[in-house]
Amino acid sequence: MTTARAEILARVRRALADVDEPDPVRDVPVDWEYGRPLSTADVVADLVEKIEDYGARIVRVPAAAVPDAIVAALTEMEASSVVLPPGLDGAWRAAIEAVAAVTADEPPLTASELNAVDAVVTAAAVAMADSGTIALDHGPDQGRRALSLVPDRHVCVVRVDQVVSAVPEGVARLAPAIRAGRPVTWISGGSATSDIELARVEGVHGPRQLYVVLAD
Amino acid sequence: MSPNSAPAQRRTPAPPPGTWLGMPAFPKAAREQLQRAEQRQNLARATTHIRGKRAERAAEVADWEELRTAAAQIKTRVARHLDTYLVQAEEAMTAAGITVHWARDAAEANRIVGEIALAKGVDEVVKIKSMVTQEIDLNEHLESIGVAAWETDLAELIVQLGHDRPSHILVPAIHRNRREVREIFAEEMGRYGTPAPPTMTDDPEELAEAARAHLRAKFLRAEMAVSGANFLIAETGTVVIVESEGNGRMCLTLPETLVSVIGIEKILPTVADLEVFLTLLPRSSTGERMNPYTSLWTGVTPGDGPQDLHVVLLDNGRTDVLADPEGRAALRCIRCSACLNICPVYERVGGHAYGSPYPGPIGAILNPQLRGVASEVDQALPYASSLCGACNDVCPVRIPFTDILVHLRHKVVEHKTEHHPTAEQAAFSAIGWVMADGRNLAKAQLASRAGGAVLGDRWLGNRVIGRLPLPIAGRWLRARDVDAPPAQTFRAWWAARTPAAPPVDGSADAATEDRA
Ligand code: SF4
Repeated sequence: MTTARAEILARVRRALADVDEPDPVRDVPVDWEYGRPLSTADVVADLVEKIEDYGARIVRVPAAAVPDAIVAALTEMEASSVVLPPGLDGAWRAAIEAVAAVTADEPPLTASELNAVDAVVTAAAVAMADSGTIALDHGPDQGRRALSLVPDRHVCVVRVDQVVSAVPEGVARLAPAIRAGRPVTWISGGSATSDIELARVEGVHGPRQLYVVLAD
Repeated sequence: MSPNSAPAQRRTPAPPPGTWLGMPAFPKAAREQLQRAEQRQNLARATTHIRGKRAERAAEVADWEELRTAAAQIKTRVARHLDTYLVQAEEAMTAAGITVHWARDAAEANRIVGEIALAKGVDEVVKIKSMVTQEIDLNEHLESIGVAAWETDLAELIVQLGHDRPSHILVPAIHRNRREVREIFAEEMGRYGTPAPPTMTDDPEELAEAARAHLRAKFLRAEMAVSGANFLIAETGTVVIVESEGNGRMCLTLPETLVSVIGIEKILPTVADLEVFLTLLPRSSTGERMNPYTSLWTGVTPGDGPQDLHVVLLDNGRTDVLADPEGRAALRCIRCSACLNICPVYERVGGHAYGSPYPGPIGAILNPQLRGVASEVDQALPYASSLCGACNDVCPVRIPFTDILVHLRHKVVEHKTEHHPTAEQAAFSAIGWVMADGRNLAKAQLASRAGGAVLGDRWLGNRVIGRLPLPIAGRWLRARDVDAPPAQTFRAWWAARTPAAPPVDGSADAATEDRA
């Protein structure tokens, strides 16, 4: 009996009897130059504008003021319990511990335990200005995927040197992490739906509040 | 949870009776759908809104047209070398720890997913909105083996709880308004889990909040999830899913087991290709610069997310589409729904008239290729279009809809001729006689002109034909207002205003026709 795999591949080859160039790249050239930056005048200002357009909060502060900015964010969102990724910056962690109950994710919290935590604070990997997108590659300062998903409030710290103009540059920067097998999550504003009469409603299952701290 | 878990009792809300292919063919279905004034208003409002947003977001991108060209080329490259890319994707996924399965058809895919669920000992799974699992009717298969499949996308939840069928590939409940959604939630949620709050109004925020509360318990206890995929990267074996609500991330992150059913045409060659598609897709589909969440995973990550990952590569007719060099461009589709939203036919009849989860222009060209043209439903679909070509212009992967529609009409006629010639063909040969020669056209127009004189002068004061007691036109005019045929044909008018023109009914006309 032929396996499904063998049969499907045989069907595909039969269907493509008209293709006689074996090299895909030579057969169908793609007229596109990959990874080009967009010529945005002020990339960081563009990111701020686009993230605000999604209804998310974003503040820009000097690097030394990040711990204070995180504390201000947690206070503003009335978060009293926080979960932190294991590799988060020590100064940030110390500032957070002074104002909120920090739950350790060791051993890993269950989904229900995470659900009882008010907020999560993470770093980021890349931010793409033109679409207002932040990408996490879930490195040690960002934590496993569930951490930045289940708690209802997400404070995300982005360094300006992580900001690129648009998606093509962003994909190029993320490619090594993807090739290394790391999961990647793109976040553009808070969770939202337009499923009822296409009216946009902010906040469904993902964190309902996104607060971005942009560090110079 | 269902009130009673005895095997005879359904675990999830029953869909409407019947099958997609058992539905009436487009002309009859469209007529039924056109009677639904409320649905027509819901659709008109929604599609007008989303069309405007798409146009605005596309216009923001300076090299939009170049992106569309690149997307079409990349997808064409994949289609023309699909065997190479499938083998590459399989190797990469296997190396990353994903168990890869192959399914020739819907039944085989359903059986594979069902067997995984039974082997895991789960009696429910959470689902991310996925066209392909609609296509194979996975939920009903799982129900039949005692596994409840819960839709977690808001619109899919509205459809599921409403005992309904999806009518749009992006917003499956686009035909429902807020009042109807409130009724469905108030009535049904309590039967299957956390009930809707008794104070819930029809404010979309409150409805979304009710959905959040209803589904949260299901997410937190879920042991297995089922998804589709937007893209599968051959280079790395990375699976990509775009979404808005975060229900996708919940399903992709919290359960221990994740099964993704992926049509074999979903492949992109490289990670870099994502830049083209992740720019085009959100702007074309929801009219946003970017959808709120995009998840990419490359096999198993220890300590993070599902530890048992499966991918089911599905054919189910795709290789038949591939076998037609003129029709295979339909496989480029990235399911953005722009062609539905721009389509004047879809806007009026809605998605339930197309006899498939793929409605609108993409449904009209995809279903008759995936399923063949043996059924009445699929024979009618290539005609469910006015060939206005609006879809050609918005499609982010430049699918040549009108060419494929005409090609498929030809195939349908061929299929019918093989079996038995019809009155339709007699009509077409009459048209052939009229159009073949200018003298014949002039004779036919003489008859039409006489009709126009009668209707215009004696019957209709306002020169608009509404309902007529004529056997064929009367039916056609029930949903339309049209001008009466002119009393003078263009050819007669032209002859009258051009002094040197040859006589209308004269033989010199033939020259004009020959050039045409
Ligand atoms: S055919 Fe083109 S426009 Fe229609 S859903 Fe597919 S990609 Fe979008």
